[in-house]
Amino acid sequence: MIRSAVETAAAVRAGRLLAVDVVEQSLAAIAAGDGDLNAFNLVTADAARADARAIDEAVAAGRDPGPLAGVPIALKDNLCTRGIPTTCSSRILEGWLPPYDATVVTTLRAAGAISVGKTNLDEFAMGSSTENSAFGPTRNPHDHTRVPGGSSGGSAAAVGAGFVPLSLGSDTGGSIRQPASLCGVVGVKPSYGLVSRYGLVAFASSLDQIGPFAGSVADAALLLEVIAGHDPLDSTSIPDPVRPISTHLNDGVAGLRIGMVEEFMGDGIASDVRARVHAAAEALAAAGAEIGEASVPAAAYGLDAYYVIAPAEASSNLARYDAVRFGLRVDAATTPEMYDLTRTAGFGDEVKRRIMLGTYALSAGYYDAYYGTAQKVRSLIRRDFDLAYEKFDLLLSPASPTTAFAFGDKTSDPLTMYLNDVCTIPTNLAGHPAMSVPFGVGDDGLPIGVQLLGPMMSEPTMFRAAAVLEAGLEGSAGRAVAS
Amino acid sequence: MPERISAAEVASVARLARLTLTDAELETFTTQLGDILEHASQMAALDLSGVEPMGHPYGLVNVMRDDVVAAVVDRDEVLGSAPAAEAGMFRVPPVLGEQP
Repeated sequence: MIRSAVETAAAVRAGRLLAVDVVEQSLAAIAAGDGDLNAFNLVTADAARADARAIDEAVAAGRDPGPLAGVPIALKDNLCTRGIPTTCSSRILEGWLPPYDATVVTTLRAAGAISVGKTNLDEFAMGSSTENSAFGPTRNPHDHTRVPGGSSGGSAAAVGAGFVPLSLGSDTGGSIRQPASLCGVVGVKPSYGLVSRYGLVAFASSLDQIGPFAGSVADAALLLEVIAGHDPLDSTSIPDPVRPISTHLNDGVAGLRIGMVEEFMGDGIASDVRARVHAAAEALAAAGAEIGEASVPAAAYGLDAYYVIAPAEASSNLARYDAVRFGLRVDAATTPEMYDLTRTAGFGDEVKRRIMLGTYALSAGYYDAYYGTAQKVRSLIRRDFDLAYEKFDLLLSPASPTTAFAFGDKTSDPLTMYLNDVCTIPTNLAGHPAMSVPFGVGDDGLPIGVQLLGPMMSEPTMFRAAAVLEAGLEGSAGRAVAS
Repeated sequence: MPERISAAEVASVARLARLTLTDAELETFTTQLGDILEHASQMAALDLSGVEPMGHPYGLVNVMRDDVVAAVVDRDEVLGSAPAAEAGMFRVPPVLGEQP
């Protein structure tokens, strides 16, 4: 059984455990299990071993390698790693080696964490099942016939399978929280601006946020504290000092007002998922929280606004894949033909769908009807959340409408797939933080996560509630264990 | 909300986005984009009078820094990963018309 990140870092820093042994264990688990799972696009074993040796040498020399000393971590393959392929699980980035590291990659290294590789995703983070990857889907560690969720399916599965204690994903409409729910791990979408986006390949810049996956709430808190903070290289990064999370994890929820979001508990949500949310509310109430009914009326239109705004931003961001500066080039007699041939061959169907949708929504004659309207709806969603947070400290809801579904179940109709993110998308539009915490299993024995949501920069409070849920679950049966 | 998107409009959007579609793809994408946009049209039910558009969680502001030389990305490293480069530049096929 893999050790937690908290335990590993403490033992490595104290010289009681060698980073090389920790990394070897992680690499062995990946070698044994990832042939079936396909969580990784690339395993950087040699670099990981070299990094581990450097950590052990630092400890031996009396230096502190940092708060994540010797902890193996997996990186979603849309985070730039200098000189190491970064594919976004797309053919169009074939052959590209980023000339710089994402800020989170630099920060993790400085904290002593050891990257073991790059994980699979839906192409350019567009999808909810990892089935849109150009390199084949990732399987759910709890049931290999089911999807791990997406788009950060590889990062969620890598932690769910016990390959690594920590991983990073990105969340534009639920791409951390939904796969965390389906794989039975903790997944956090931080407040917009808390974590630098520098070096995260852009999908929808006003919605994208990098965040942690972990096997426990304490591990997620430790990772988030390391990657949070101001970065001059990201002009949307918040300059405020980072508020401590770990030191308040055990403060409990006595007196906190927590609202169950009625718009996220409707007919589209499976009854076993709703039952777990009610059970979570009871656990929080038993720990002293005041539970009430919350309403965020405009959130019912979140999906509609999102599928205009996110594709609009994507159509602009993905214009840079022109075969001139990086990645795939299909040779042609002229540059315009080269653009057409390369983009047609390099992008998969879901990416093409969203590029065209966004191009249409931004085009003359339709701009006001779609993009302008969606931006106003976004205002309403933010306003309705802010009103709810006048009455409640936190909100509670499902993270995903169902447990993990079978491969191919939702690929024929894009709208059916989009509905997976109905409970997570409104948070991204508002910019607020939210997280999925494992809270038992469904009728099929597969993991269910409940979602905690909070106002801007409320991570310390959100994590206190997450810790209460985790403790409540340990006291009961029903914790899912990966096969 | 506008009328349902037509195949001609999808073809036009694909051209703008530098994508080439087969006839079968054009048919499928026209149906799918139509369904997604129809769903999005539900937003018309909301009263949005007097509501300001929101483009960003914070509202973007200019961020300035001191005009000093800092570390930059290495040119050779960038060009080394490009599909084609020559003499310190990206090399592309002719942009206009015939070969020189």
